[in-house]
Amino acid sequence: MVKSGTLILNVAARFLLPLQLLFSLFLLLRGHDEPGGGFIAGLVAAGAFALYLFAFGLTALRAMIKVSPRDLVGLGLLLALLSTLPAWWQGEPFFTSQWWTIPLIGYKASTPLIFDIGVYLVVLGSVLTALTALMATDRDPEEA
Amino acid sequence: MMQIAVLSGFVLAAFAPLLYRWLGQRTAAIMALYPLAIVVWLLAQWPTVVGGGDPVWLEMAWVPGMDITLTFFIDGLGLLFGLLIAGIGALVLVYAGEYLRGHPDLPRFLVIITAFMMSMLGLVLADNLVTLFVFWELTSITSYLLIGFNHTDLSARKAALQGLFVTVAGGLALLAGLVMLGVAGESWSLAELATRGERLRGHDLYTPMLICLLLGAFTKSAQFPFHFWLPNAMAAPTPVSAYLHSATMVKAGIYLMARLQPSLGGTELWVVTLSLVGGVTMFTGAFLAIRHTNVKKLLAYSTVMALGTLTMLLGIGTEGALIAFVTFLLAHSLYKGALFMVAGILDHETGTKDVTAMGGLRALMPLTSGVALVAALSLAGVPPLLGFIGKELMLDSVLGASHFMALLLLLAFMAAILTIAVAAVVALRPFFGEQRQTPRAAHEPPLAMLLGPAVLAVASLLLGLVPGGLDRLVGVTVAGIGAARAGDVHLALWHGINLPLLISLVALVLGWVTYRRWDRVRARLAYLDPLMARGPEAGYDAVMTAIVRVAEWQTRALQNGYLRNYLAMTLLVLVGLVGHAFFFRHAPQFAFSVDVYLHEAVVAGLMIAGAVTACLMKSRLAAVAAVGVMGFSIALTFVLFSAPDLAITQLLVETLTVILLVLVLFRLPRFANLSAPTERLRDLVVASAFGIMVTLLMLAVLGGERLPRISDYMVENSQPLGHGHNIVNVILVDFRALDTLGEIFVLALAAIGVYAMLRFHAAAPGGRQPTPRREEDDG
Repeated sequence: MVKSGTLILNVAARFLLPLQLLFSLFLLLRGHDEPGGGFIAGLVAAGAFALYLFAFGLTALRAMIKVSPRDLVGLGLLLALLSTLPAWWQGEPFFTSQWWTIPLIGYKASTPLIFDIGVYLVVLGSVLTALTALMATDRDPEEA
Repeated sequence: MMQIAVLSGFVLAAFAPLLYRWLGQRTAAIMALYPLAIVVWLLAQWPTVVGGGDPVWLEMAWVPGMDITLTFFIDGLGLLFGLLIAGIGALVLVYAGEYLRGHPDLPRFLVIITAFMMSMLGLVLADNLVTLFVFWELTSITSYLLIGFNHTDLSARKAALQGLFVTVAGGLALLAGLVMLGVAGESWSLAELATRGERLRGHDLYTPMLICLLLGAFTKSAQFPFHFWLPNAMAAPTPVSAYLHSATMVKAGIYLMARLQPSLGGTELWVVTLSLVGGVTMFTGAFLAIRHTNVKKLLAYSTVMALGTLTMLLGIGTEGALIAFVTFLLAHSLYKGALFMVAGILDHETGTKDVTAMGGLRALMPLTSGVALVAALSLAGVPPLLGFIGKELMLDSVLGASHFMALLLLLAFMAAILTIAVAAVVALRPFFGEQRQTPRAAHEPPLAMLLGPAVLAVASLLLGLVPGGLDRLVGVTVAGIGAARAGDVHLALWHGINLPLLISLVALVLGWVTYRRWDRVRARLAYLDPLMARGPEAGYDAVMTAIVRVAEWQTRALQNGYLRNYLAMTLLVLVGLVGHAFFFRHAPQFAFSVDVYLHEAVVAGLMIAGAVTACLMKSRLAAVAAVGVMGFSIALTFVLFSAPDLAITQLLVETLTVILLVLVLFRLPRFANLSAPTERLRDLVVASAFGIMVTLLMLAVLGGERLPRISDYMVENSQPLGHGHNIVNVILVDFRALDTLGEIFVLALAAIGVYAMLRFHAAAPGGRQPTPRREEDDG
């Protein structure tokens, strides 16, 4: 069975988690121009949570992320589907990308970005679903 | 306009349960206002369509890129069908609200029947072939749900499934036929295709197209030998039988054939197939009807008879036959809808469907018996009802048939005798004679249940007395489906003493005799039961059994739960298909001289070493590590060829794989070598074949003449069109976003699969887990 970890692992996980999550967001947002994107960022985030999971165990992870990973999957699919709708509104073919510039910070937002966030959530949610389900069979079946 | 009405109808259907919560038992009657409004709207089109003879066009785009429109057009045929669907629909809703009063599933019924009504309206008004097909399938599905309404009843479920399989199998053929029709006619518009008859009839695809389209129409409209599903569909509540299985849905096939008459009709193949199938169906229906004592079955088989008659008339195809077709169609919808609703009243009030268990009800329910009598007279074809005019015209056009005149006449004559007997059984047997004790004490039904049949019966009578009111409608409809001129159609009760009238008279007498001796006739026909058991329905059962057997066999052979077998099968099929296309369709040129740098060779060597090690290791952890070496070498390759995104992804996937494996490894039994040397040899062959195949493909790609590379397009347009410098990401989320959408759905499904498998595994300690675990985990 996986034992909740050693001191070094615990400390490292606690400090690395926010950094890794920030990094994954960074990868997600810059992905359109530089290496990165929703898929990679989702994997990085999943890796971060996996580390936390090994260090502190399933209950701690659940308490921290609060939402069920399966809900993340559903939310991601929903976002990805919603990103197809603005084009419809404009009378353009399904999935045509739409671009807007957010005024104050000059960041270019777009439907592909929303779609990418959807991908991010699906990847993260799927990996976490598999991980937590596997962990749960070790410990507390009734809680799964 | 009408499109919005139809689509809003679906929304209304969805809100039916909510309405039911607010309005209670009155919901059905209030919802009936909706089809009633459609009737009013359609009647408002009457002056244009019927008076002026111009179809009404309601243009609406749907998928312009693929030539699919939601355009509706209302010509004579569309108007006639639309009025029948919406009109009888309104009556049926009122009737059903009473028939199913207090039934816990009434809201569900209202949802489905309203959805059906709208699908049917869309079907008869759509101009586009694809749209027509969509509505066609919607009627099949809603019909399935309605037949299986009493879903706790096994026979109802079986009948529903049977109806679905037969009509949907036909629907597949129909789809193929419609595609051929669209390709051959170079148009997806029914109205345009109607003007291209010459080209279509001379086209190479004519015969296959016609066969496919007719298969669709015949299964939907219960033509022999597909007629068996219709009587079984009587498992549905009676309002459904009255609506779907007599007045509307089963006529969808008839509608389609009528619609295609100008495009495809008139050839030898068309005339012979339709007249023969129609004639045989007509006789079979009438003959099978007389064997039954269940009032709904009697009516169902007589509906089969009517559907056969309509098909036969379309096959004969003369102007007279088409006039007869339209008149008969209208007459049948009116009297059969009425009779089915009467059957529902009898069932509802007496508690039995068996006519031999009823008798003398006339005294208890005088109004019902009056309505039944009028409708049955129309069914029997007795003047002065509309059914009489329809039958006379039918006999007259059979006499003018160009093919098989004698045979068709004989079939029509016998069918007429039997139909008269059926009409007498339905209308006389329950109401006259000595009074019998029925399971429930009979009395007149509530007014709402009497309204529908009464309106339809009165319409049969009035239109029979004043048939001139239909002249223009029939004329315009006939003009729309084939005969050249809008025509001077004059329907009349009295045509003088002629051959059809004499045939009718003889049939009337013989039919009456059959009715008087009905009990004895039935007893004699019982000798045929063993033969009947071998009818087309047995064929259906045999096919279904065979399908299940094949499914079981292929599940055992292919889906046997051994991961190695899945892998071997997948790889072999891939090698076979790709190899075939590669060597037999192309002449590949291989570039064997590829420049390889030293560091590339080292990375490749690492990969090979990893793969070989993984195969030879006796410990799982070592094998995983070896596979990891391979994965990281691949990531290295991506880096060497400057694809950082791929490299990052590969690295992350490798890492997560290790994490997952760590979690799984504990659960596995000790490493064991389960495969014999021969099996390992077999696996080696499969793996090598696949490896060689891929290698050759790569070499051929490098060596062969270059097709224009798609990646150039991506590189050039990534910034201007996708506003991004990272080509990989632009492809993923913009250029090929639809693929990605599909992939994340697969990913989500996989996650749910893992979750479900582990959860159920955990939830069933020992008990529900018969699969030996060792088999599953050994890959």
